[in-house]
Amino acid sequence: MPDYLLTTSPQMAKRHARHKRFQWYGRIAIAISISFMLFMFTAIFFRGIGAFQKTMVAVDVQFTEANLDPSGNRNSSDLLRANYKPILLQGLQQVVPEATSRQDRNRLYGLLSNGAAFDLGERVSNKPAMVGTSERVWVAASSEVDLYVKGKIDPVEIPEELRRLKDQDIAWVEALREKGQIKKKFNTAFFTNGDSREPEMAGILSAAIGSFFSLLICFLIAFPLGILTAVYLEEYAKKSRFTDIIEVNINNLAAVPSIVFGLLGLAIFLNFFGLPRSTPLVGGMVLALMTLPTIIIASRSILRSIPQATRDAALGLGASKTQTTFHHVVPLAMPGMLTGTILGMARALGETAPLLMIGMVAFIVDVPKGVTDVATALPVQIFLWADSPEKGFVELTSAAIMVLLVFLVLMNVFAVYLRRKLERRW
Amino acid sequence: MNTDAPVSDSGAKPIMTARNVDVFYGKKQAIDNVSLDIPENQITALIGPSGCGKSTFLRCFNRMNDTIQICRVKGDIKFAGQDIYDPKVDVVALRSRIGMVFQKANPFPKSIFDNVAYGPRIHSLSESKDHLEDIVITSLKRAGLYDEVSDRLDEPGTSLSGGQQQRLCIARAIAVDPQIILMDEPCSALDPIATAIIEELMDSMKEKYTIVIVTHSMQQAARVSQQTAFFHLGELVESGDTKQIFTNPEKERTQNYISGRIG
Ligand SMILES: Nc1ncnc2c1ncn2[C@@H]1O[C@H](COP(=O)(O)OP(=O)(O)O)[C@@H](O)[C@H]1O
Ligand SMILES: [Mg+2]
Repeated sequence: MPDYLLTTSPQMAKRHARHKRFQWYGRIAIAISISFMLFMFTAIFFRGIGAFQKTMVAVDVQFTEANLDPSGNRNSSDLLRANYKPILLQGLQQVVPEATSRQDRNRLYGLLSNGAAFDLGERVSNKPAMVGTSERVWVAASSEVDLYVKGKIDPVEIPEELRRLKDQDIAWVEALREKGQIKKKFNTAFFTNGDSREPEMAGILSAAIGSFFSLLICFLIAFPLGILTAVYLEEYAKKSRFTDIIEVNINNLAAVPSIVFGLLGLAIFLNFFGLPRSTPLVGGMVLALMTLPTIIIASRSILRSIPQATRDAALGLGASKTQTTFHHVVPLAMPGMLTGTILGMARALGETAPLLMIGMVAFIVDVPKGVTDVATALPVQIFLWADSPEKGFVELTSAAIMVLLVFLVLMNVFAVYLRRKLERRW
Repeated sequence: MNTDAPVSDSGAKPIMTARNVDVFYGKKQAIDNVSLDIPENQITALIGPSGCGKSTFLRCFNRMNDTIQICRVKGDIKFAGQDIYDPKVDVVALRSRIGMVFQKANPFPKSIFDNVAYGPRIHSLSESKDHLEDIVITSLKRAGLYDEVSDRLDEPGTSLSGGQQQRLCIARAIAVDPQIILMDEPCSALDPIATAIIEELMDSMKEKYTIVIVTHSMQQAARVSQQTAFFHLGELVESGDTKQIFTNPEKERTQNYISGRIG
């Protein structure tokens, strides 16, 4: 082997070292950002995972007719409205007979969720035959009990004065637990309920549906408008000072803080056009304003990347401008434009500020049935829960963040899938 | 150059005439006062060093320069006696009479069949599905591609080899039944064997079509064309019978180019 292939001159060694060094800088930068992300995700995961389980208490209830249906006609709306507190309390007293004073009875009943009686009422009104029988029913525990059972309240470490759950309450919970009357089960209510003042009864469904309707409106407005604008600017408009000004303005709009779009929506859609406040209709319109520039910019860059040869081929055959554009250019650009749109909408899904401005920040228990029903959205729900003083909302907040992240990931995966699938045609 | 003199001396009737054509890209002049006749059912080769304006001039014939915003064409170009830059002329109709094959093969990302069928479809040239199939097969046969692809017409056109793609583009141009086919360096990206096939094809095509081909290969011009026009720096230096241009050019610049001293 010739000598000069083997010698490493000092310059070469230096160049080599620099190359290595830059590689390491890159790797370290990646490691740092990944560890930040991992840290964030694990923190959210461990804080939120508890919310997917919920503590239930078994109560042996006697559904006495005298208490529930004195008239004896088994009318289901009467059964729904009947007072279930006494029979639930009686059931609990079978385990804790010493709680007889008025104060103790209230404390004992307080171990159950405020929603437990309502829940029981629903069950009985659906099945009036239960009246007159006795049965063991599982009802939700209060948020404090739930936290205690999940080990989030340490009675040794936290002095009694600082706890809502007193030593006596804990003793009762333990008595119930000894008899096998406490268990944890999957928290379906989190996925099927709307918001609630009680953490153990609160769910994300109404917020999720609100988000869905908002995004639907956003898509229906922003996708066609954005794509038509991009196609017009890229394929039809003659380059002039006017198109330059439009271009600059679109780029500026993409950088405008989202809260400004919220204010714009407040001024125009609500105050000027008088559209219904706090609804996904207006929320979607505001989000559409916000995503429009993103979609236009993404679509234009995709259109620009379609080779001129494709247009030439069609034009050379005598295809008109419109035929060329809609037979060849737009179909080729469609996967990219859809991807851009979905990524824009994923950003809109996480947007809170503009929705606050148009009043989608209400306390929403009912699941919205249409785009003109009052609603809230997932990120706003997270904001509301994060702002609540009750300890039970802490894990709900993290759980809702997890749900939001899952939706975001799903949307991004869908964008990638769509691009692959539409491109695979050839 | 003497403007109204017949530029072709090959004797054939011209199907296209260009008189005093100037082309500008913005302020930059790319073609300077060019007059040339394109004789019918012959192959005319435009040769010259890179950047001398061959493509620009070729693209005047089917008004492809219209698609470039800064491009302006002045002068008089007639096709079958009609001024093609007349505002009344429909560019779409013009381009269906004058087809074009580009330097880089550019089949649509569609099946072989749909590539060829696209032109007849948009111009409603076929009366039925069978007729359309007929047009596609005839065009592929004329382009010498049918035997190679007959069993896979539904495969993407982009899956063919470079030479096959270029013949597919020729078939696509033929399918709308043009009178003239413009070719801009159609073989520049092809290997010698694929080039030979296309040159042979062009020779058989001139029975039915008039062909104008831009080429940077003088050998190719000498092999396939009957008339040659030599461009240099945006001017038409000399044009005439191919044999004469290559054996006995009138101008010194032409002599220098074909002997390899400009390029
Ligand atoms: N789209 C365009 N915009 C501006 N100038 C162009 C454009 N196309 C070609 N030109 C210029 O016109 C001249 C002729 O180009 P062209 O016709 O492509 O030459 P050729 O095909 O002979 O190589 C060149 O100087 C080139 O830079
Ligand atoms: Mg060229």
